[in-house]
Amino acid sequence: MSKLIAKEKDIVVPGEVLAEGMDNLPSMGTYREGDKILAGRLGMVHIDGRTIKLIPMSGKYNPKRGDVIICEVMDINFGGWRVNTNSAYSAMLSMRDGTSEFIQKGADLTQYFNLGEHIIAQVVNVTSQKLIDLTMKGPGLHKLTGGRIIEVSPYKVPRVIGKQGSMVSMIKRATNCQVVVGQNGLVWIHGKPEGELLVEQSIRKIEKESHLSGLTDAMQKFLEKETGVKLGTSAKVEPSAKLG
Amino acid sequence: MGYKKRLNDRAFDEARPMVAKVGVIKKADGSAYFKFGNTWAYAAVYGPRNLYPKFLQNPSTGILRCNYNMMPFSSVGDRVRPGGSRRSKEISMVTKHALLPALNLEDFPNSVVDVYIELPETEAGSRTAGINAASMALADAGLIMKDLVASVSVGRVDDKLVVDLDYAEESYPDGPVADIPIAFMPGSGKISLLQMDGLVSKEQMKEVIEMGKKSCQEIYEIQKQALKDKYAKGGNNE
Repeated sequence: MSKLIAKEKDIVVPGEVLAEGMDNLPSMGTYREGDKILAGRLGMVHIDGRTIKLIPMSGKYNPKRGDVIICEVMDINFGGWRVNTNSAYSAMLSMRDGTSEFIQKGADLTQYFNLGEHIIAQVVNVTSQKLIDLTMKGPGLHKLTGGRIIEVSPYKVPRVIGKQGSMVSMIKRATNCQVVVGQNGLVWIHGKPEGELLVEQSIRKIEKESHLSGLTDAMQKFLEKETGVKLGTSAKVEPSAKLG
Repeated sequence: MGYKKRLNDRAFDEARPMVAKVGVIKKADGSAYFKFGNTWAYAAVYGPRNLYPKFLQNPSTGILRCNYNMMPFSSVGDRVRPGGSRRSKEISMVTKHALLPALNLEDFPNSVVDVYIELPETEAGSRTAGINAASMALADAGLIMKDLVASVSVGRVDDKLVVDLDYAEESYPDGPVADIPIAFMPGSGKISLLQMDGLVSKEQMKEVIEMGKKSCQEIYEIQKQALKDKYAKGGNNE
């Protein structure tokens, strides 16, 4: 007789029994041992029909193809730039993917991206040995000048962005700042100092209250109180919001 | 003679009061502390991250490094000299081997997960407290784990078998003492650490393991609750 022990949205720890019997299927973050399905990491249970999976709630950023991330240039090689991705592995930005300009043989690559500078780049490929290739060719991908960078947990990035970018676009409108949220948890904020501070405060608040429902409304109230400006009731979704 | 009543009024199969908390170190990727009475272990996990020097890298899996350290003022006896000792090196090694069976680092080739165990206060049972804290910290760091690891020391004081010896019992003057730290994976029921200091009979050893398993089950519940408490409140470090 099959039995489902875990409930939707339960927080489970490694080794906890999620289900007994063969009627359910283990998916991401879970494993089967005998006729039991157990949790293979700490996470939140998501039951989709017969499959049980775990939504991770902590850990380092795991690079995936297509992610737009914010990176710091940490080294320059013959073929391009090595950048820190805020994950367990560094990534390679090759010369041909770094810029569309023609680069002369032996040219000084620091002209394009110097050590310590930050860039917005997109993950092109991740190999099994976790070699990561990046590109800078695409809309919204560029070098970052000015502003500040803060770090949030990569698992809270979806909350910071909001549904179809509603949260981040609301913060942008309220503070008049440019905000780019990288999938790796780094956030670039650029604007007037007061605005930048308010964005940081807002993001810290989102981080702290990420588990509560009605977060967008709470944030709207917070931003209205801080800026003294009434924001529109329905957060307008900008087409560019998806990127950042 | 015989050991009729425990020096600290505990039942023979009762561990010292236990406290566990997860997410206690803000900068760490995972952190926790675990207390057995006055024995207090902090664990901080960093990684998976780049591993240098490069010859230590393993292209088929990530590696685990553990570091056990007693703070200079932690012990009841003399000041502990800072830096590694033969003892701390051994405990770091057994801690690593106690945790590894629960961990799967194959998704992180060439990288390292560092576990730092620091003990601000010790009164026997420090390696077991360290393992308990480290296993919670590893789960907090979001690593792929088959199971948590719970650990306790069971021992013999004179003619009795007791769970979680404290310092007074370990140095019991009127009879033989044995101290047997056990680490146990409660989900699968496997043992990942078994050491012995002192002597027990074969029959007693079997009983020791049963007592250890039972006590680890209680520890496991405390670890589980500590982890859930953190994530029910949004999973922020303090």
